[in-house]
Amino acid sequence: MSFDWIVRIVEENWQMFLRGAGLTLFIALVGTIVGAVIGLLAGVLRTIPTPRNIAQRLLLKTVNFLCTVYIEVFRGTPMIVQAMVIFYGSALAFNLNLDVLVAALIVVSINTGAYMAEIVRGGIMSIDKGQFEAADAIGMNHMQKMVNVILPQAIRNILPATGNQFVINIKDTSVLNVISVSELYFVTKSVAGNNFRYFESFFVACVLYFVMTFTVTRILLYVEKKMNGSKSYKIIAARSERGELGK
Amino acid sequence: MTKVIDIQNVNKSYGANEVLKDIRFSVHHGEVVSIIGSSGSGKSTLLRCINLLEIPSGGQIYYRGQNILDGNHHIPSYRTKLGMVFQQFNLFENHNVLSNCVVGQVKVLKRSKEEAEQVARKYLKVVGMESYVHAKPKQLSGGQKQRVAIARALSMEPDVMLFDEPTSALDPEMVGEVLKVMKELAETGLTMLIVTHEMDFAREVSDRVVFMDKGVIAEEGTPEQIFNHPQQERTKEFLKRTLANHGRI
Ligand SMILES: Nc1ncnc2c1ncn2[C@@H]1O[C@H](COP(=O)(O)OP(=O)(O)OP(=O)(O)O)[C@@H](O)[C@H]1O
Ligand SMILES: [Mg+2]
Repeated sequence: MSFDWIVRIVEENWQMFLRGAGLTLFIALVGTIVGAVIGLLAGVLRTIPTPRNIAQRLLLKTVNFLCTVYIEVFRGTPMIVQAMVIFYGSALAFNLNLDVLVAALIVVSINTGAYMAEIVRGGIMSIDKGQFEAADAIGMNHMQKMVNVILPQAIRNILPATGNQFVINIKDTSVLNVISVSELYFVTKSVAGNNFRYFESFFVACVLYFVMTFTVTRILLYVEKKMNGSKSYKIIAARSERGELGK
Repeated sequence: MTKVIDIQNVNKSYGANEVLKDIRFSVHHGEVVSIIGSSGSGKSTLLRCINLLEIPSGGQIYYRGQNILDGNHHIPSYRTKLGMVFQQFNLFENHNVLSNCVVGQVKVLKRSKEEAEQVARKYLKVVGMESYVHAKPKQLSGGQKQRVAIARALSMEPDVMLFDEPTSALDPEMVGEVLKVMKELAETGLTMLIVTHEMDFAREVSDRVVFMDKGVIAEEGTPEQIFNHPQQERTKEFLKRTLANHGRI
């Protein structure tokens, strides 16, 4: 009977499942964080105003072009293929034998980075033009403006999309089994390969994936609420409402 | 008198649309200059060209004798000499009132946090907003926001303050509180360049009034000259129209 099998599979393999789930979560988390950093950097780069100096302008154009190529290529190809190309390609091209976990982290990070770059760009573009102008007018340079004014607002706006990316990553790390990363899908495959109970084994994996994505979604909702901050403020010394000048 | 800002033959076009035509104009130290004129005459564009939020298509801008468009000048440092107050306030939404006035001082002027907070509190007091240091911009009324925006600009201790219709986005009952602050500032001898539709205010506080029409400075002079004895036909017409509207409201 199926249910008995499920209990038995869990009893016999729970450590492997947990390790697989842990690795899945780890890769998804690191990938999302590194990807978000890549996305933020790309967002900052791609919003640099056109410099007046010709050499600088050329340099900026080149960098922007490379950014676009990166984004288009990684959004336009499946991660499963990227994993194969990067893992076997790095061995061929650089004689580099990447550890599978390192390869996995690189693939997920770079892939997420490409999506995050677009999300960040959208986030930056959604900020009112007046915020940019006020920062310019106060004498901030591009980096100061981004770090102190624009990105904190943009990050809040893109938090839901970033969380969504994290959830996608939890699920999509399963494709990394093609380079034998022992994440949850890979682990499940080997469990099922031993006991030949495919449905029951993958049912367990299914539950684990869902628990992970559901928990992450809840946590993100909570963080979002927290970030919206308190609605009230304290007025101090409310009596002296108007200041007097030059006295 | 020292010319703080001296603009020579500045042009600005958007495509074929010539918004500023050969503007020549200067602001002296300690002077309060108002720019008036009908909508679309180029007042905001002129102000925005001065702090290079718009890059002029041609001409020169001198700040205390230095040509800042010669390519050797660091534009962000030049901008710290000019305090800008926008029609839409543009307070940094992610900072509270105090932090709005501190962030530029710390990041751009490299002042210590303690010094910056002291300076910020001083100017928040000037605009009567010192009790709201912890409030976020979203929690303030328009008039309060604009007073904080003025304090933010003052906290950088600029050489000149630029105001682009600072009361135009305000409900009528809040206009007074902002104009009062500006009048107090004018009395301290601060150099101010103000784009405004508030004719009574312009007449009262200005040392000089500039009337713009279709991208040129049509006439300039003392408030007395411009409001009581305008020479140009278009100045007379503009004033008639504006003051008539004013009467009706
Ligand atoms: N970014 C832009 N692109 C194209 N045209 C513009 C741009 N900014 C301003 N203009 C045009 O330049 C002209 C002058 O605009 P400006 O904002 O300087 O007028 P203004 O005198 O400040 O008017 P108002 O009193 O309504 O603020 C207008 O005709 C406007 O349509
Ligand atoms: Mg305007």
